[in-house]
Amino acid sequence: MNLTLKVWRQNGPSDEGRMVTYKVEDVSPDMSFLEMLDVLNERLILEGDDPVAFDHDCREGICGMCGMVINGVAHGEQRATTTCQLHMRHFKDGDEVTIEPWRAAPFPVVKDLVVDRSAFDRIIQAGGFISVPAGSAPDAHSVPVKKEDADAAFDAATCIGCGACVAACPNGSASLFTAAKITHLGLLPQGQPERDSRAKAMVEQMDLEGFGGCTNTGECTAVCPKGIPLDTIARMNADFLKASK
Amino acid sequence: MSERETHGYKVGDPIRDTKAPEGPIEDRWDKRRFSAKLVNPANKRKINVIVVGTGLAGGSAAATLGELGYKVKSFCYQDSPRRAHSIAAQGGINAAKNYRGDGDSVYRLFYDTVKGGDFRARESNVYRLAQVSVNIIDQAVAQGVPFAREYGGLLDTRSFGGAQVSRTFYARGQTGQQLLLGAYSALERQVAAGTVEMHTRHEMLDLVVSGGRARGVIVRDMVTGEIETHLADAVVLATGGYGNVFFLSTNAKGCNTTAIWRAHERGAMFANPCYTQIHPTCIPVSGDYQSKLTLMSESLRNDGRVWVPLAKGDARKPSEIPEDERDYYLERIYPAFGNLVPRDIASRAAKNVCDEGRGVGPGGLGVYLDFADAIARLGRDAVEKKYGNLFEMYERITGENPYETPMRIYPAVHYTMGGLWVDYDLQSTIPGLFVVGEANFSDHGANRLGASALMQGLADGYFVLPTTIGDYLAGSKSFDEVDEADVEEARQKVQQKIDKLLSVNGTRTADSYHRELGRIMWDYCGMERTEESLRKALERIPELREEFWNNVKVPGDPEGLNQALERAGRVADFFDLAELMCIDALHRTESCGGHFRAESQDADGEALRDDENFAYVAAWEWGQDGPTLHKEALDYEYVKMTQRSYK
Ligand SMILES: Cc1cc2nc3c(=O)[nH]c(=O)nc-3n(C[C@H](O)[C@H](O)[C@H](O)COP(=O)(O)OP(=O)(O)OC[C@H]3O[C@@H](n4cnc5c(N)ncnc54)[C@H](O)[C@@H]3O)c2cc1C
Ligand code: SF4
Ligand code: FES
Repeated sequence: MNLTLKVWRQNGPSDEGRMVTYKVEDVSPDMSFLEMLDVLNERLILEGDDPVAFDHDCREGICGMCGMVINGVAHGEQRATTTCQLHMRHFKDGDEVTIEPWRAAPFPVVKDLVVDRSAFDRIIQAGGFISVPAGSAPDAHSVPVKKEDADAAFDAATCIGCGACVAACPNGSASLFTAAKITHLGLLPQGQPERDSRAKAMVEQMDLEGFGGCTNTGECTAVCPKGIPLDTIARMNADFLKASK
Repeated sequence: MSERETHGYKVGDPIRDTKAPEGPIEDRWDKRRFSAKLVNPANKRKINVIVVGTGLAGGSAAATLGELGYKVKSFCYQDSPRRAHSIAAQGGINAAKNYRGDGDSVYRLFYDTVKGGDFRARESNVYRLAQVSVNIIDQAVAQGVPFAREYGGLLDTRSFGGAQVSRTFYARGQTGQQLLLGAYSALERQVAAGTVEMHTRHEMLDLVVSGGRARGVIVRDMVTGEIETHLADAVVLATGGYGNVFFLSTNAKGCNTTAIWRAHERGAMFANPCYTQIHPTCIPVSGDYQSKLTLMSESLRNDGRVWVPLAKGDARKPSEIPEDERDYYLERIYPAFGNLVPRDIASRAAKNVCDEGRGVGPGGLGVYLDFADAIARLGRDAVEKKYGNLFEMYERITGENPYETPMRIYPAVHYTMGGLWVDYDLQSTIPGLFVVGEANFSDHGANRLGASALMQGLADGYFVLPTTIGDYLAGSKSFDEVDEADVEEARQKVQQKIDKLLSVNGTRTADSYHRELGRIMWDYCGMERTEESLRKALERIPELREEFWNNVKVPGDPEGLNQALERAGRVADFFDLAELMCIDALHRTESCGGHFRAESQDADGEALRDDENFAYVAAWEWGQDGPTLHKEALDYEYVKMTQRSYK
């Protein structure tokens, strides 16, 4: 199939940026979206153009490095799918595809489709951990954990930190990301001692980074490749309120 | 004394001392811990350690060193330490907890690992790994790693290839992710505490060696393009494996050999580079644009039946091929183990039937993994419960529904057992340079067992290195000042390489060379190696490298984000590594583990070791005019050397 791509090009944080149109031909339906961009980039290099910069690493939907807004939807229209796992069979000949970076003030553009998501790391630094130095842990079976709690903690812990939730949110909120971590640790007995301080510190850091507030639009969970549910946010808010009393 | 040999390498002095303590094997690690010098806590704050890599090995090492009070600088090429390739590990992590009471023990895990490694790993190291494995699970659980649990609230385990006990802990199909997030959170805690300074999007391009010691790294800030120098009292490399030398592998796209290769050029010996693990169940290549390969969990072989058409070039749909025209070749050749033979054997068998022209799918490079019988026997629901997420992943990538048509699978490069040589303390042949995780060669011999890489990475990072590096750092007060000239020389070398890559301005991209190199490696130094194939590779690689340096086209500037430049630098190093891999594979005329030399097989076509001549670690020293081989003899005091059989 042949496609017309409209790709966001921006040479650095201070560049204004613009959409540039590229034609790609003979796209195989079995290609992944990123492979389609690889083919474009190989051509651009040989033509003496600057290839389109985009982040990616595992290409298996788990590292959270990739992420583009495709036709207006973070990670594209296919549900529960990262950009790297999206395949071209979901497009058809003649389609026009727009490709843009995550847009949110706390995620400044580095170049083209690459953004700086270090704000997420700083939210984790604020409290997204259990303080247990190596070597100090008791036997793993000393504290049984109810299977339902362990499973629910796991579900929240599958967040890959991609930032799609922020990109999709009309307020640019990082609530889903932050809530996923607070829920994961808060559901486990090991996470209880720091539960209050963690919720407080992480939420405060989130605000400090300039992410917006949550107004329950649910756009985040709709694009989340790991299906992190909205009720984690309610949990975070409850923990935060309790801790702030 | 050294002698010139036919393959263009010299033989140097053997390595006699690996620093492993003597005495009963179960006491050695204790002994070493007791003999290791301690650093005064007040002094730790003045001691700088650089850790390159934030995967399971590097993340856990940097966090732990920070907790101990050292001043740590941590580097990774991704935008966050949480994205290291370890994140992709699926199946699980081994530990000798014996929570099942099924007869597991430290000794059994030790035994399985030595045997699984086809008697090419060190007993002392492996024993320590098995001992420490139990602490890893405790540590991870305390950090909040949500391992799978049973209804009673205790941890669940499963069995994995190469073991008869159930000792693999797991977090659904995302064990690597959960363990890495545990290490990452510990690391970020130290960043907040001010003990670790994190440098993301920084690529290490050289090692600074001064006064005979590793004293720092030269890195490129991948956002600004600036070349930076970072100095320290010791350097730890945790930069992962080099499977991407084959271009196509199950590794993340950015996995590379640059850090360890450049350390190798500075004097760190490279051990067993040819030991490569090829995983039998990956999704086959679908076209020339293919950028990576995806692993399908090995557990699928529990219920799927592997087959190809009996006739060559049979182009019918699988559903149109009647039973009696199918060849369930694993069941036929290995009646005892059937579809469950170990990884290397299953991989080679698939290659053989495809070489015969009986492969299926694009290019004839695939075999069927058929669930029709399982669905008929267990019902579709039961199959879905067990493998639903894998079937979904398969469908996402191939567009085919494995409930209706058999999956197509093919072997792919997965893991590299080789790496920088380290002693019992995980120190390389450059004093002050320590190597942990997949980047070193230490514990898996010629073949790694499933679920043992995560174990090794975390054992190294949380428990082994923090002790052994202290012994080295206790002497740091006597280290000389770093010589400016050494720093300058390293910076120049890095700069020249970058300038050279950008100035060629030829007609082919770095990726296209990488693909071609990968093809050479796969064809001639892949699942099956022969003297002839390896000699061919050793002819082709230098030719292609020459062409690369004269005809590669790398666009853009040295400043700013330049992903094409990053890739080209990595490809350049892959060329040099590829050559060493082939030399190593050529010199080792025996078959062992993942290294199959067609000339060395028994009457049934199985790998045949040559213990008399090859029971050693091949440690290669870099040289301008070719490498020098140093042999470290392997002794087996505890596990008796035997030949594997799976018939
Ligand atoms: C698909 C897949 C599934 C697997 N499943 C399992 C499993 O179930 N069980 C198991 O035990 N093992 C498994 N493995 C193997 C295991 O995941 C790896 O061996 C292990 O995670 C390697 O960890 P590491 O810390 O050594 O390196 P990595 O996790 O690869 O980390 C390397 C780090 O080094 C950094 N780095 C690399 N080069 C540079 C440079 N030049 N400059 C700066 N930084 C650099 C990277 O940024 C990264 O942070 C699997 C592997 C694959 C590919
Ligand atoms: S919550 Fe979902 S969308 Fe947000 S960072 Fe995590 S995985 Fe990505
Ligand atoms: S590249 Fe890792 S999630 Fe897409």
